[in-house]
This record gives sequence, structure tokens and C-alpha cells, in this order.
Amino acid sequence: MEAGKEKPAYTKACGIIEMDDADFKRLGAWRNTNVRVTSEFGSVVVKAVQTTQGPHPGLAFIPMGPWANMVINPNTYSTGMPTFKGVPVKVEVAADEPVYDSLDLVRKACRGEI
Amino acid sequence: MAKIVTDVVCPFCGTLCDDLEVKVTDDNKKILEVCNACVIGTEKFLHSQAEDRLKVPQMQDEEGNWKEVSIKDAVEYTAQTLCNAKKPLMYGWSSTNCEAQSVGHEIAELVGAVVDNTATVCHGTTLIAVQDVGVPSCTLGEVKNRADRIVFWGCNPAHAHPRHMSRYSIFPRGFFTGKGHKARKMVVVDPRSTDTAKMADVHLQLEQGRDYELLSALRVALRGAPLPETVAGIPRETIQDVAATLKSGRFVIIFFGMGVTQSLSKNHNIDMAISLTRDLNEYTKAAIMPMRGHYNVTGSGQVLGWQFGFPYCVDLSRGFARYNPGDSTSNDLLRRGEVDAVFVLGSDPGAHFPISSVKKIAHLPSVCVDPHHTPTSAVCKLHMPVAFVGVEEAGCAYRMDNVPIETRKVVEPPEGMVSDEEFLKMVLKRVREIKGVA
Repeated sequence: MEAGKEKPAYTKACGIIEMDDADFKRLGAWRNTNVRVTSEFGSVVVKAVQTTQGPHPGLAFIPMGPWANMVINPNTYSTGMPTFKGVPVKVEVAADEPVYDSLDLVRKACRGEI
Repeated sequence: MAKIVTDVVCPFCGTLCDDLEVKVTDDNKKILEVCNACVIGTEKFLHSQAEDRLKVPQMQDEEGNWKEVSIKDAVEYTAQTLCNAKKPLMYGWSSTNCEAQSVGHEIAELVGAVVDNTATVCHGTTLIAVQDVGVPSCTLGEVKNRADRIVFWGCNPAHAHPRHMSRYSIFPRGFFTGKGHKARKMVVVDPRSTDTAKMADVHLQLEQGRDYELLSALRVALRGAPLPETVAGIPRETIQDVAATLKSGRFVIIFFGMGVTQSLSKNHNIDMAISLTRDLNEYTKAAIMPMRGHYNVTGSGQVLGWQFGFPYCVDLSRGFARYNPGDSTSNDLLRRGEVDAVFVLGSDPGAHFPISSVKKIAHLPSVCVDPHHTPTSAVCKLHMPVAFVGVEEAGCAYRMDNVPIETRKVVEPPEGMVSDEEFLKMVLKRVREIKGVA
């Protein structure tokens, strides 16, 4: 994060979704597969990795960053704070789709290309 | 040859560690080594030395092509953008010193801007709760010397505040806590089994978003009133045990983070956490403290507080200060399309705001003042690189417990680079000229 958000290390740290082994089984995917995460508010491709801070079956975790912000609930309910947590999502295998780096992701989203 | 600068303050997180030692070359130009800091802090110092660092302001045209401009042009664009806008948003302020914040607020008053800091997506709901029910708090020194019951609620200091536990909360031997971590009981409340939770004496792995229920249940348990069999997925007996553990302590401290401020009940979660702290004071001494993220977000709240009376989302567009979270907060303004220019300093809304808000920034006249390349600088029209505060520039910052600490200048910035404060002073001068103010 402090080493530069344009660098691959940031994508590796935050362009991921941490999932439980049990959820990998339900999804029918290997670890480190690219997946498409879709919520009511948007969609993003990230890499699915085995959770390091589990177990928490049924609960997935995308670290704070532009990837998470593609799918979180922007409603603030008059508090000023978007609802960053507890957003229901659907996860599908998207092995052929790329995970964009942070700058590309935001640029493409702003231009309406993704 | 090299020399060592001691007692350096780390400009990364709200813990504001002040015991760093940095090895620099004799001419004060290059950092060779950073000692005592955590991985992230070290990274921040070393990143200032990166070869590919941006040193000249850049502007982006409609097609997304960048061209270099002079600092004078950057000042002119910024001043014109702010003066021509009816209601500009001046956001960020958390990764800079209090001196720069103060100059920024002067500009905001002149142009009628909305000033908001990163609390808006961080501990903004905490500030609302504090205004609702008050806050019994303390300093980190008191935690180190007195606290023997430590609760981390919805925060993960093992990753986000790496030296918090070793400097203040769990491991140090203080005046009345001579046995260090052996005499402390650590409770972690988190839906994930985080690395902090793995160290805890008790980990309450609650259901996501059920903090309000569990906090209420703890208040009920403190009073010895009956509870249902489980609350938020936690068995009744465990809740009663935790309540008894907290009651039996000499000094309870509750640290809380994004897990409670960003989950659905938001400020109401904090209301309940503060009420639990208040209840605990019937039996023992208890305090509560937010785990502030950016190293000077607390300072931004302080400076806004003493200048305008409110800690964040201060709307100056009517010529006087208004504060109304949900109305004058950045994301609400952006989503409703109520601002017509965006100025960002010392923050990265491109990475940390919902994409619907970022899209709005991308389509407005926008300035990003930041030493790094970030998703924000990628979508702003002007990217103004500046010196790193706390590395190449000194200044005041506030720790998470509201203690002001003077950060140190360790090395010289690259030649020709200005600090946040210098840039803002140039903009202020130009804004005064445009507005015809003496």
C-alpha cells in the first residue's frame, strides 16, 4: 500500500477475495482462480485465494481498495458512511477474465468500459 | 558515511510511533535504513526514495494524455478551479500536517467550499456517536500503565496498527502493569479469525453485522439480567463469562475499528459500545478509543474543531460553517451531484470511495495533491506531487488518543519540490488575488 498503488504488489494484496476451503468446494474451483464477484451495486473480477484468517464459511473478504469498492453498497443512510461491510454477493468462476491493476480498474470504470 | 537521526515519528498510522531511528547520508539527501518501524512504516520511508517518483506536476487532457506543467501553472489551475466553482469539495487532509490543514481551511472559507476529511469513510460514525452520547476516553500512556482488560472490537491491529500491541496495549510493562501481557486479558470480537483474534484469550466470532446485539447483550449480562440462549451466534455462557472478566478488571479499555463503524448499524453500534463503557464504570474504571487510521486524521478533526466547531464534513458554501452528516458528507454530495469541483490532498478517494462517487470525481474539474501515483491521481485533471510530511517535511500531527506530536524532517525533498503547506500558501495567495481580498 505504501510502496505504490500502481505496483503489482497492491493488486496481489487487495485485488483478491479470501474464501474458505468449504466455499471453494461449493464453487467448484481451485484456489487462485480468477472469479467474478457481483452484488446489487456492481461487479468486479478478482483472484480467489484461500483465507489466511479463517475459518469463516459463507463469509468472503475483499480488502479495502478499488476492487471492493466496485461491489460495495454506496448508500450512507444519512450517516455519510457508505455501507462497506456485509454486502451479499454472488461469486462465479471467471478463469479467462483478467484482474486489472488499481489505476486501470478505476480508469476503465470511470470511462464506462467495464 | 552515514548518520543516524533518532526519535523520528512514523507518518503512517494513528499509533504515531515516535522511537524510529533512520540512517541517512551525510548530505541529508538519501535514506539508507529505517530501524524500529513496522513493515508498512519502513515501506513509507523507503518509497519516498523511489527512482520512479513523480517530481513534476502533470495535467490530463480529455483523451487521458498526460503533459508536464510548471508549479505556477498548477497553482493557477487549482486557484481558478476553486474560485470558479459554486460549491467545491476539498477532501482528504489526513496525511498532512496541521499547519497545511489550517491553510487549506482558509482557502475553503474564501471560495465557499465543503471541507471533509477521511473520517467520512472511517470513524465519521464514531464522531456522530460521540456527539450523541459522549465519550469516556484516555491516552495510550494510561492504557500502557493501567489497562488489564483489553478489548479489540472489529479491528485488526496485527495488520493495520502493527506496533500498537507492543507499544501500548498488550505487551509493554507499565507502572501498574509490571507483568506485561501475562497480567492482561485480551478479548477480540471479529467475524473472522484474524491474526489479532488468534492471540486473544477470548475470541467472540460473532455473525457479521450483529455487533449492536452483542454489545447490548454484554450490557444485559453486566446487570445479571436474563439472556436468550445465543446472541449474534455467541452462546449465553460465553457472553456472561466475558462480562465477568471485564467487571473483574482494574482498568478496561475497548478499542474499536472499521468492523463496527462501517457495518450497517454504524453510529448506533458505537452508541452502544460507549454505553457499555459507561456501564462498566459502575464496577471498575473503563475507557474506549477509536483505532484511527491515517496518522493525522485526528489532527484534521482537531483543527476543523477549533476553527469551525465541527470535526468533519464542514460546509462553508453559505459563508458560515454548517455540519450535517448525510448531507454535507463527501459521498452524499458526490452521489447527488451537488459539488462542481474536487480538490484532494493527503488521501486517496479513488481507492477508498464507492466507484459511483469516483466516477463523479472523474467527470469534474479536479486536483490531486499527492506524492504517490494513486487511483485518485489517475482520474484527476491535475496531479501535483509534493514532499512527504514526516519524512521530508516536519509538522504537527495528532495521535489516535488526541495527543499532538511534532513529526520530524529526516531528509531533504528532491530539488524543486514543495510541501503541502507551501503549495497551499501559493494557491491561497492566488485565490486572494482573484477574489480581490487583501
